[in-house]
Amino acid sequence: MPDERKKIEDQQILDKISKSEYKYGFTTDIETETAPKGLSEDTIRFISSKKNEPPFMLEWRLKAFRRWSKMVEPKWAFVQYPPIDYQNAYYYAAPKTRPTLKSLDEVDPKLLETFEKLGIPLEEQKRLAGVAVDAVMDSVSVATTFKKELEELGIIFCSMSEAIQRYPELIQKYLGSVVPPGDNYFAALNSAVFSDGSFAYIPKGVRCPMELSTYFRINTANTGQFERTLIIADEGAYVSYLEGCTAPIRDENQLHAAVVELIAHKNAEIKYSTVQNWYPGDEEGKGGIYNFVTKRGLCEGENSKISWTQVETGSAITWKYPSVILKGDNSEGQFYSVAFTNHFQQADTGTKMIHVGKNTRSRIVSKGIAAGQSNNSYRGLVKVYPTAENARNFSQCDSLLIGHKCGAHTFPYLEIKNPTAKVEHEATTSKIGEDQIFYLNQRGIDKENAVALVVNGYCKEVFRELPMEFAVEAQKLLAISLEGSVG
Amino acid sequence: MLEIRNLHARIEGNEILKGIDLVVKPGEIHAIMGPNGSGKSTLANILAGREEFEVTEGEILFFGKNLLEMAPEERAREGLFLAFQYPVEIPGVSMANFLKEAVNEIRKHHQLPSLDTRQFLQRMREKLKLVEMDEKFLSRSVNDGFSGGEKKRNEIFQMAMLEPRLAILDETDSGLDIDALKIVANGVNRLRTNENAFIVVTHYQRLLNYIIPDFVHVLYNGKIVESGDRELALHLEEHGYDWVKNESEISI
Repeated sequence: MPDERKKIEDQQILDKISKSEYKYGFTTDIETETAPKGLSEDTIRFISSKKNEPPFMLEWRLKAFRRWSKMVEPKWAFVQYPPIDYQNAYYYAAPKTRPTLKSLDEVDPKLLETFEKLGIPLEEQKRLAGVAVDAVMDSVSVATTFKKELEELGIIFCSMSEAIQRYPELIQKYLGSVVPPGDNYFAALNSAVFSDGSFAYIPKGVRCPMELSTYFRINTANTGQFERTLIIADEGAYVSYLEGCTAPIRDENQLHAAVVELIAHKNAEIKYSTVQNWYPGDEEGKGGIYNFVTKRGLCEGENSKISWTQVETGSAITWKYPSVILKGDNSEGQFYSVAFTNHFQQADTGTKMIHVGKNTRSRIVSKGIAAGQSNNSYRGLVKVYPTAENARNFSQCDSLLIGHKCGAHTFPYLEIKNPTAKVEHEATTSKIGEDQIFYLNQRGIDKENAVALVVNGYCKEVFRELPMEFAVEAQKLLAISLEGSVG
Repeated sequence: MLEIRNLHARIEGNEILKGIDLVVKPGEIHAIMGPNGSGKSTLANILAGREEFEVTEGEILFFGKNLLEMAPEERAREGLFLAFQYPVEIPGVSMANFLKEAVNEIRKHHQLPSLDTRQFLQRMREKLKLVEMDEKFLSRSVNDGFSGGEKKRNEIFQMAMLEPRLAILDETDSGLDIDALKIVANGVNRLRTNENAFIVVTHYQRLLNYIIPDFVHVLYNGKIVESGDRELALHLEEHGYDWVKNESEISI
């Protein structure tokens, strides 16, 4: 019966669309060594000693912990979640493989397999893309490539743990200098228990010849992941850094509280790009990552420039405001963001541009896309200090709604303390047009591809800020995320 | 190729089409004329598969297949093309990207391999000449910031790229100056073969000076009240639609 067959086919297509489940949902079976559950000074001592840290680091962590103990979780974000039991989580898990690896041959083959599944085999990356990958799985960096080539230029690119051992003077000088341990609740927590992350230092006048890249991956049930990243571009240096994340399916919520600090000295430029695809929870809103991140850059010297580009499609809850402090005269800050939420995801994300120096400029382009029953908020602050003569800001915040059960919200804050400032803000909210979809259908493009095309067009301004390969990846990711969002 | 039988359709409870019969064969050009609100655009949109309209009676066969059961994209892949009266803007999506997707979807449907970038570019350049448009146009977003005339020419350009078997031009002439009108008409005439057919929906006779129809149908109040050859269009121009209205009222 052709009718019967069509019915079955239709059902299969429907099933495929409605169950576009998280495609990177698998776990790697690697033995891990975990700290005892719960958070106390003992936990912190355990972490610090496991990592064989110098005393100053333990002191720093303990101080942060004591601060954190007195703080309360912030409630101002437009997100809702059940209380987090911080005592019912593990704060340290390291793969049991040897952490000091010189080459890929020494890497646990199972880990390599994981990366293959993700479509990012290190070998391929090395050979084809010319990307140095500092792969972070759970907490300990297990493979670092291209190190030699970078070393010849004086560029340091390694795990945070290694940096603490080998470059304590840089760590002491810069760690916490942009995001102090007491900055906010989650930053304090991170400072106390951070496990690992990336460290990069680009010396004076050096232009980093390749995109530095780290893939993060959460892999142990119930383990919060506390990444700590620190990037310093010395005078006249340039670096482009890519951060990409995928995580396997978990039933329990996983807390992720990362801190990223960027420092750009005189005439230096840092480009920081993120494609974030943490597990967002299932169609019913069960599970998913809580992503409470503090990212901040300091334009320390004159003519310095920091640019954040983010494509956020994952996490059950996103709480994230990559910011720039424009301290140096003529410095420039940029924030380009695509935040996509589907099902029951909640995103409260945006930026802060803090103008301190003269002639400082900032540009904000935020594209929120909400589908399903999700909530997508832009929250941004533009602050101009009295010292910031002729500061300029341009903000554009657009929201796109897919369906009628989702919400888009914009919370722009302006604090202007200098009359010479020029601040512009534009905001739009639109629904994905039936007319646009029909037009594309009429040209032979099916609904799903039509929506992907329209959404990619909408995000183009942000995507073109990403490095080429990353932009392609981001587009694919967005297309995958969009599957099933079209009714 | 197209057979419309006793088509009735409504939108929001209002009956717009009240029994349309029309047969279109390969190689033919049909003009559908009529005053505003007679149902011309409704017919064009139903053929293309717009969902707002509810077909209450009748059927449409397209190469023997039941058109009304096909999704809009299937109809397009089977070779039905609608040049929109109001082409839609899609910011951020380049013409080249959009057309590549469309062309390759249609090719896939016919089990043809995708065109590679070079072949595709070559084909676009060739077809651009047909509508006298510049190559820069390929990197612009679909209809975004286009003038009225550019939008209409863009529709013809897309038609040239997609090579449909049946093209429906929904008031493609409206709002065009005489030069643009000639370009559009010239495009259609050059794409015309013995294999394909056109339905030209228009309010005015003007376009039919350049695209010579084999048949002219007058649509009034949801029905085809007159059919004839080109002479009918000229007659209409002379006497206006009041003539049709009077005639049809008398005949009722």
